[in-house]
Amino acid sequence: MPRHFTPKVVTANALLEGDAVWLTEDNTWTRDIREAELLTDEAHADLRLLEGQAQVHMIAGAYLADAKATTDGPAPTHFREAFRTRGPSNYAHGKQVDL
Amino acid sequence: MYTYTDFDENFVRTRVAQFRGQVARRIDGSLTEDEFKPLRLMNGLYLQLHAYMLRVAVPYGTLNPAQMRQLAYIADRWDKGYGHFTTRQNIQYNWPKLGDVPDMLDALADVGMHAIQTSGNTIRNVTADHFAGAAADEIEDPRAIAELLRQWSTDHPEFQFLPRKFKIAVTGAAHDRAVTKAHDIGLRMVRNDAGEPGFEVIVGGGLGRTPMVGKVLRDFLPKADLLPYCEAIVSVYNLLGRRDNKYKARIKITVHENGLDKMQELVEARFEDIRAGFTGHDQALLAEIEAAFAPPACVTKSTDGYEAARLANPAFRSWSDTNLSAHRAEGYAIVSISIKKHGATPGDATSDQMRVMADLAERYGHGELRISHEQNVILPHVHQSDLPAVYAALREADLATANIGLASDIIACPGMDYCALATARSIPIAQEIATRFDELKIEHEIGQLKIKISGCINACGHHHVGHIGILGLDRAGVENYQITLGGDGTETTTIGERAGPGFSADEIVPAIERLVTGYLSLRQDADETFLQAYRRLGMEPFKAILYPREDKANAA
Repeated sequence: MPRHFTPKVVTANALLEGDAVWLTEDNTWTRDIREAELLTDEAHADLRLLEGQAQVHMIAGAYLADAKATTDGPAPTHFREAFRTRGPSNYAHGKQVDL
Repeated sequence: MYTYTDFDENFVRTRVAQFRGQVARRIDGSLTEDEFKPLRLMNGLYLQLHAYMLRVAVPYGTLNPAQMRQLAYIADRWDKGYGHFTTRQNIQYNWPKLGDVPDMLDALADVGMHAIQTSGNTIRNVTADHFAGAAADEIEDPRAIAELLRQWSTDHPEFQFLPRKFKIAVTGAAHDRAVTKAHDIGLRMVRNDAGEPGFEVIVGGGLGRTPMVGKVLRDFLPKADLLPYCEAIVSVYNLLGRRDNKYKARIKITVHENGLDKMQELVEARFEDIRAGFTGHDQALLAEIEAAFAPPACVTKSTDGYEAARLANPAFRSWSDTNLSAHRAEGYAIVSISIKKHGATPGDATSDQMRVMADLAERYGHGELRISHEQNVILPHVHQSDLPAVYAALREADLATANIGLASDIIACPGMDYCALATARSIPIAQEIATRFDELKIEHEIGQLKIKISGCINACGHHHVGHIGILGLDRAGVENYQITLGGDGTETTTIGERAGPGFSADEIVPAIERLVTGYLSLRQDADETFLQAYRRLGMEPFKAILYPREDKANAA
């Protein structure tokens, strides 16, 4: 039986703004995690990470982050990744006001 | 205060031009991120959780009004209208765009500022007592020494790739306001039996995952030997320091693993080797720098207006009782401006507030400002007769919170709200604690209490030396906060002791409230501070207050 794989999204920081971004199915970077590609197969996730990392002119520091499927699209499962979808909690700055 | 020479100016401008080219090459794809990262870090540019962050050096915490106004301009033009003052006397901008950073650095260079060596495995911004040149208990103003160290360490070819970052703090006073024993090198000015000024040299202090109190390497080092001796220490560390393990690379581990005796032997030997190479030019330079730090021309005038205002206005009296410190000149005071309004982000100042502080320094403060490691801003030289006007202006700008040294004057690292290394948030916890004590109206009754919070084990919030320290961690995907008690960052530096299991984000503020109100019932009298009570009573009564259910269960 294959070992359990926690679904993932590819995430990074945008090169110019430093903003948190996520990789979509059509190989673009979105600022809204709900538009990201949810990766449920480990080998595919590893491949997509490599494809994301190759876009060095767009992003920096790509990595795989745990996520879950919701009716709205992928959502983070860890509080660190949840903060990245919103921006800091001490001011209404970042995605919580921009999106 | 010291102003940049043509040499300094050219050096900084050249670095900005170099970095402008590097940024352009990163954006056009000529440089990969792996190639670019060390270059941006050499210029203080980090990539954080939500954005880039630019860390700007405020050497030994000293600013003039034009520099503070420029920091405000940069905040407005390229950031979100505020800046964050840090425990290393820097200012950080949390939202710069990559392409704007060279312009920001050029704007800094316009006022003799930069971001060089605010990152990387090199000698970082040299910090100093924020009351330097003003404190009543001072032997000498330590900023000339700090500036000499800055010039020596900037772009020092031997020390650009040390095993890890390296932090030096200097104080010229008996009371340690620079946390010298928690630095890689701490320099405490002392006098020898002949009355000559020199330094007690402390090495191997540091916080982080392995907190250690620095050890005395030299009881007395003549001032003239300072540069060769510091060079000898860093040189020995550069050779002995571990590069195999990032977590064991700081000099505190080098001292711990090799022993103080071996360090002394190697440093003294190296010192003898290189001493002759310092031919006196450093002392001539020091003399020039010292002249630039000439004390302000203090005046003698009546303080009647100050006394009258204290009698007439209880809010002013409360502020002046809490936020003023003794100045060496008669009739003068040191003003600590709290950047810790209850419920606000500790250390954040808006651009408007920066301009107000710059104006006050210019009008009433002999043109000087300081950033404290406790994330507040200091006006070091204000005549008492001007204090009512200063207070009124500060109040207008939301800067008159009377809480210096009290429960809500919390050092807080950026935590997971900004920092990519953090494992939990610290700012919201600090905000909630400050708000809670403001609502309870017992801060002034509690008295001197240093609460410090870090959002990860790296301890940027200095929690180990907080009377009450809070460490935020990730426990199974949930924010969890551990409490340490009894820490002290002064000349009697002590690492706090862990009280017990951590608390959830919902539980930590009530736990701190319980702890502090419990102290009120434990103290001998109103003069016994929290730290004194802890030292007298030990951990147990405080532990019983923090963990009442466990205490009862154990009793049963």
